[in-house]
Amino acid sequence: MSTETGGGIGNVDPYRVGLYAVLVGMAAFYLTPIESGLVTSFKTNTAVVETAPFAPPGGSGLTTEKWQAAVDALLRGMGNSLLYAVPATILSAFFGSITAYGLTITNWRMRYKAPLLALFVAGIFIPYQAVLVPLSQFWAQIAPLEEWLSFLWAAGINNDYVGILELIVTHVAYGIPICTILFRSYYKNISTEMVESARLDGATLRRVYRRIVFPLSTPMFAVVLIYQFTQIWNDLLFTLILVATESSAAAPVVLILAGLGQSLEGQDFGLRMAGAFFAALPTLAVYIMFGEEFAEGVAT
Amino acid sequence: MSRIFRRLRRILPGERSESDDEAWSATSETSSGAARTDGGVVSDSSTRGGTVDRLTGAVDDRLGQDFVESLPFWLPAFLLVGLFVYGAIFWNLLISLTDYEGFAQAPNYGNLDFEMYVRAATDSGAVTAAVNTVILLLAFTLATLALGLALAILIDRGIRFENTFRTIYLLPMSLSFVVTAQFWLWMYNYNNGVVNILLGTFGVGPIDWIGNQQIVLWAVIFALMWQFSGYAMVVYLAGLRAIPTEHYEAAKVDGASTLKMYWRVIVPQLKSATIGAAVVLMVFALKAFDFLYSLNANYRPPNGADILATKMVREAYSNQNWAYGAALAIILFAMALSVIGPYLAYQFRRGNL
Repeated sequence: MSTETGGGIGNVDPYRVGLYAVLVGMAAFYLTPIESGLVTSFKTNTAVVETAPFAPPGGSGLTTEKWQAAVDALLRGMGNSLLYAVPATILSAFFGSITAYGLTITNWRMRYKAPLLALFVAGIFIPYQAVLVPLSQFWAQIAPLEEWLSFLWAAGINNDYVGILELIVTHVAYGIPICTILFRSYYKNISTEMVESARLDGATLRRVYRRIVFPLSTPMFAVVLIYQFTQIWNDLLFTLILVATESSAAAPVVLILAGLGQSLEGQDFGLRMAGAFFAALPTLAVYIMFGEEFAEGVAT
Repeated sequence: MSRIFRRLRRILPGERSESDDEAWSATSETSSGAARTDGGVVSDSSTRGGTVDRLTGAVDDRLGQDFVESLPFWLPAFLLVGLFVYGAIFWNLLISLTDYEGFAQAPNYGNLDFEMYVRAATDSGAVTAAVNTVILLLAFTLATLALGLALAILIDRGIRFENTFRTIYLLPMSLSFVVTAQFWLWMYNYNNGVVNILLGTFGVGPIDWIGNQQIVLWAVIFALMWQFSGYAMVVYLAGLRAIPTEHYEAAKVDGASTLKMYWRVIVPQLKSATIGAAVVLMVFALKAFDFLYSLNANYRPPNGADILATKMVREAYSNQNWAYGAALAIILFAMALSVIGPYLAYQFRRGNL
């Protein structure tokens, strides 16, 4: 691999130079929107108009005011997003793991498992629009949490938070298919020697899962948790339907961000960019720290 | 009994396919016809002919105790998915046959007809949205696949800093539609956006990317390509890495040019990667609702970029035309199904289900 790249200045290969030029050019393509957003988030309104969008703010154009405003507007939303994203991520990963185990490592016939798996796979690709109206009906009529939990609202909890509970259940239900398939592709390849002998020794399926399969799944749990957290954190549609308004006390960060910095006088791009970065911080941090696992999750 | 047979089968050669971990994205070219096991269970119809398998099959036909014992593991998820996904789709179909609208408590299921579908067919807005959906689906998927393949080939040519380039190319994928919509709204800004300033240096423009109905859809497609081409790259990279190096060498020995080698030898072997990535990308395109919503932060996307996903949500949640929204959702679902159905059949034939 390094034979071609190892040359000194004396033997520059024009082909390699071209290759790197293209790669760097593409890197610029992917980074420019992010870079110009970042510099804009530190500019005053005057500087936003007067300087080039990708140029850093100079002197009096530099301000952290937009970031302060964005943090003020979004901090509550960050907390709300964590409130449903974390439990929904963990629960959907757990369900995915045990479902994949029940459908992969256990010994009942594949002829019956395949249709079940097909249902899970198809579930990944359902456009959510196809379930929205029934979903609203479900939470309004079949499972009216707002009524069931009225003792909580009576105890002083804001009843906007019913939306958070609905989001958890909804995200778990719609996250199970992808989690199951991710775990399944992993379980197909783990050696089943230990599982087999444990079964021969009379261990129950539950014991096998707890003692053997669960510990073996740790790397895949990392992948699935990262993937699911990103998906749930980033999703707007369900929050829009279940929490509805950005002024709600339980409004998640994406919902507030979608309307941030807009007014009749025009758009405050400095504020919008600062908000976009602040809202993206958790998934960006996850991506930068666990890039490999993230790539594995999206590629599967 | 069956356990003994399973152990027996494990010792037989050619048991496991090596590349199953990529089964959903790429590769496994080598294993399409090979016998495979799923933790010791026959998983592929093509292996049913073997004597040992037939014997186990007979034993397992009684659905041994493992079936009952495994119920608690998959049944809860199955019920949740059954209720929330498949039950909801069926319910949605029912609602689309009613004329449910406004703030009524529940739809009236007494009088079912296809009125809402007729309305969709005669609503020019819905037809435009459907056409836009197809354009978005095809143009976005093709462009993203092409760019992803090009990036994968470039990165696969033994370069330095491979990880850095890969990380940068995949970075937008970690951002939400809402965030990328903010970035591109700024990129496309008429007076101060990067796109118009760059074009201005070539004497072009400025162009009103978001406001012009003729081009806004293409501007959206380009932004979505920016966000997801890294994904296509990752899938293709996995596919490229699974191709044995002999194939490259053989092509070189035959005197094929680099371009010819890729076009004739390498790209045809990426078929399953292409299919897998294309299906996922089309699903992302169907979900582009978040992006379009955020461009305006209301239920109405920019004129000219209305797709079925946005129109459905607007009709149902902004105009309270629940039944009509449900009908549009079924049309969108049918579109998705026409992509997913063949894909599932393809995966089933390859023994991946």
